[in-house]
Amino acid sequence: MNYRMIFHMVGQITKLEAALLLLPTCVALLYRESCVFALLFTAVFALCVGFAFTLFSRPRSQVIFAKEGFVIVALAWMLLSAIGAIPFCLTREIPSYIDAFFETVSGFTTTGASILTDVESMSRGLLFWRSFTHWIGGMGVLVLIMALLPTGSGRSIHIMRAEVPGVTVGKLAPRLRDTAKILYLIYIALTLVEIGFLLAGGMSAFDSVVHAFGTAGTGGFGVRADSIAGYSPYLQWVITVFMLLFGVNFNVYFLLVMRHFGKALRNGELWMYLCIVLCATGLITLNTVSLYNGVGETVRHAAFQVSSIITTTGYATTDFNLWPDFSKAILLALMFVGGCAGSTAGGLKVSRILLLFKTFRRDLQRQLHPHAVGAIKLDGKRLDDGAVQSVSAYILLYFVVFGAGFLLLSLEPFGLETNFSAMAACLNNVGPGFAAVGPAGNFSIYSGFSTLLLSLAMLLGRLEIYALLLTLTPSTWLKE
Amino acid sequence: MNIIVVGCGKIGTTVLASLVAEGHNVTAIDYNEAALSALFNVYDVMTVCGLATDYETLAQAGADKTDLFVATTGSDELNMLSCFLAKRMGAGHTIARIRNPEYSERSLSFAKQQLGLSMAINPERLAARELLHILRLPSAVKIETFSRRNFEMVELILKDTSPLVGVPLNQLRARYRAKFLVCAVQRDGQVYIPDGNFVLQGGDKIGLTAAPAEFHKLLRAQGITNKQARNVMILGGSRTGYYLAKMLTAAGSDVKIIESDRRLCEELCESLPKAVVIHGDGAQQELLLEEGLQNMDAFVSLTGLDEENILLSCFAASQNVPKVISKVNRDELGQLAQRLGLECIVSPRKLIADVLTQYARALQNSVGSSVETLYKLMDDGAEALEFNVRKDARVIGIPLRDMKLKPHVLIAGIIRGRESIIPAGDDVILPDDRVVVIAAGQRLQDLNDIMK
Repeated sequence: MNYRMIFHMVGQITKLEAALLLLPTCVALLYRESCVFALLFTAVFALCVGFAFTLFSRPRSQVIFAKEGFVIVALAWMLLSAIGAIPFCLTREIPSYIDAFFETVSGFTTTGASILTDVESMSRGLLFWRSFTHWIGGMGVLVLIMALLPTGSGRSIHIMRAEVPGVTVGKLAPRLRDTAKILYLIYIALTLVEIGFLLAGGMSAFDSVVHAFGTAGTGGFGVRADSIAGYSPYLQWVITVFMLLFGVNFNVYFLLVMRHFGKALRNGELWMYLCIVLCATGLITLNTVSLYNGVGETVRHAAFQVSSIITTTGYATTDFNLWPDFSKAILLALMFVGGCAGSTAGGLKVSRILLLFKTFRRDLQRQLHPHAVGAIKLDGKRLDDGAVQSVSAYILLYFVVFGAGFLLLSLEPFGLETNFSAMAACLNNVGPGFAAVGPAGNFSIYSGFSTLLLSLAMLLGRLEIYALLLTLTPSTWLKE
Repeated sequence: MNIIVVGCGKIGTTVLASLVAEGHNVTAIDYNEAALSALFNVYDVMTVCGLATDYETLAQAGADKTDLFVATTGSDELNMLSCFLAKRMGAGHTIARIRNPEYSERSLSFAKQQLGLSMAINPERLAARELLHILRLPSAVKIETFSRRNFEMVELILKDTSPLVGVPLNQLRARYRAKFLVCAVQRDGQVYIPDGNFVLQGGDKIGLTAAPAEFHKLLRAQGITNKQARNVMILGGSRTGYYLAKMLTAAGSDVKIIESDRRLCEELCESLPKAVVIHGDGAQQELLLEEGLQNMDAFVSLTGLDEENILLSCFAASQNVPKVISKVNRDELGQLAQRLGLECIVSPRKLIADVLTQYARALQNSVGSSVETLYKLMDDGAEALEFNVRKDARVIGIPLRDMKLKPHVLIAGIIRGRESIIPAGDDVILPDDRVVVIAAGQRLQDLNDIMK
């Protein structure tokens, strides 16, 4: 283990967080709010911690392997959240540190689950910071570091692989740094376009930025108690479309920008993703049409909720907790599906589901023709058996982690539906669940232990389990 | 610069590593997915899996927009064809590895012309040429030649008894009344560009240049005789061995090749009538002694196994063969071999990588005074670069004494027409000169880069 390099990278990230904290500080200054001191103090604190790490841990060699990549990412995310929670505590807007930690983890992991009982009483600086963590966490903070700082060796790919969700990591440009830059450019461009559309619909500047951040990171923090329900249908449609856009693999956008239209559209995952969204919207519309005035409104609510849940954003235009069980079951299933690999969405990812179905089909065929040779292809390319197996193993692991988390959470007396959906919403980085933790409720009901458990679940979900699990395994740290 | 490297074998990987280190955007193409993913984890490159002669693969790798396309697979024909296709798609320059000795110079130049190749590279021939250089002056570690041999730099290891040891460099020049320059010193793995106050020690590896007329005098004072190796034993009749034997016999040396493969021996016998070909296992010390190892001027170990080359070179050194050269391809083994006391190690892979590095750097800077020749010195710790001075270069007309050079940069020589000048403070650089610059720890692309 290259401990020095690990702590060096973690230090760099902490310094970056200090810089990022300046943005909400400016917002707080603009609105002349008292939280400016808490934010500024946290920025200085992060800077000191960052310098402490980088000064005391100068790497002798830049060489890192997959193991270090996982550990760097896991530690960085935990430290980011721990520091990011400080301003909430200092201003007493969230008095308990554990709750503030939950809120920040929920921000960085783009979950959007909140323990706030009254969002509208929060100061704007902290609301901005909360949503800004979505935006940072969506594309990944280490990817941002890579785009900003020159990396000495090509081995940073291990870090990228640990942070960017999906089955495989593809590069868009030969250099990792350029790849990271391209990803962030697309991300920034799409966010700006969304802000433009929201402003055009009459949303205030502050709300537009906050909701664009929430959508871009597929997070789900808003500024109102009723989430998006109070905004005009136009704004709801804009957010629906952009949630879906941010749930698409960013490679597709790169290919479109490079004018490789054929290749962009040959993406099997993209089609399956759109297909799922359409089918789910259709079924829910049929199921809930009696609840609303007319088909138009029903479609709008169905499409919004489906997009919000499949991209694991977690905004709501209506209390879907009041929907019939069939619609709720569809939403619960969508939570686990998640968006496309290489997007900002959470969940299992559509490509894994796609591969799982292809594996099922091959195994079925093998039952019929025991000597048949079946190849599993993704986007016209054959996947080797190792990759296919690792997908099946990942899905299994995912449900094992989910089961264990659910079991522990069941110690809380809130009923099966609340606990089950709370765990699903956190592990999949969705945000709201059903019943007591539905769009109208919040996570403040949970005890300190469960709050930490759910925070861990969010981190596990965002970093796709392995990074955090390996970091928490003693044998990773022991010298062989 | 955008560069595509085809083939991730030994040569391809080394080439790719040095191009990435130079800061180029490199894309690798190979048919072997496992090799590619291993590469992807270590180097900052993009990988494309597929056949390099397939349009789709080439398009995916961006061959139409690439500045340099290098094909390094083991198959000459695949290299040629993929270079041809890439060129047709719009690649800037193409370089193919072509190593079959059956291709004569004429057929190569025809193929180059017809396929639009910028360069055909033959690693084995390149290695043989390097070996020949070394054998021309066996008492030095290495010789680098610039500007068609008008200017040479010799790398040698100083003995404790050497008269150069213990005196500051600026006094040495007066004492010898010869114009020479110590351009670079390697001591304890560290490379220094010495100034006038530098004092040499025994065991230092130095790079020495001098005016050609005075070189021999100077070397004789070092106890270095300017005698070509007359009796050379080559272990391994591979392609490198074949080329080297051919060049050496043409230069009038006696060559003995030891090869364990009977069929290869017969082929060599046919194509090299002047060389003595011995069929036998070179790992048998008895055989080497029987064939007169102790009377050889030089022993060159060129088998396919790095380890065997190192061990047998150690044995040859123990038998007091004056010059022992071993081919070691793997970098880490090369360092080990040096620790075992083998001074002279040749790595064909690295030679190729150096050639391509130089080519890429010259391409990148086709406007200014570009790099003509590039050598990596002192285990890659320093570089020697030859620049062709353009009329608009900033260095023109300034006496070297007044020139504000960057640290760790030294002007080692100025070549004006046929004359080569070992520069002193009064000398100036003129247009159309060729200038040899030594630099440690930095990458120079343009002659103007040497000034602050």
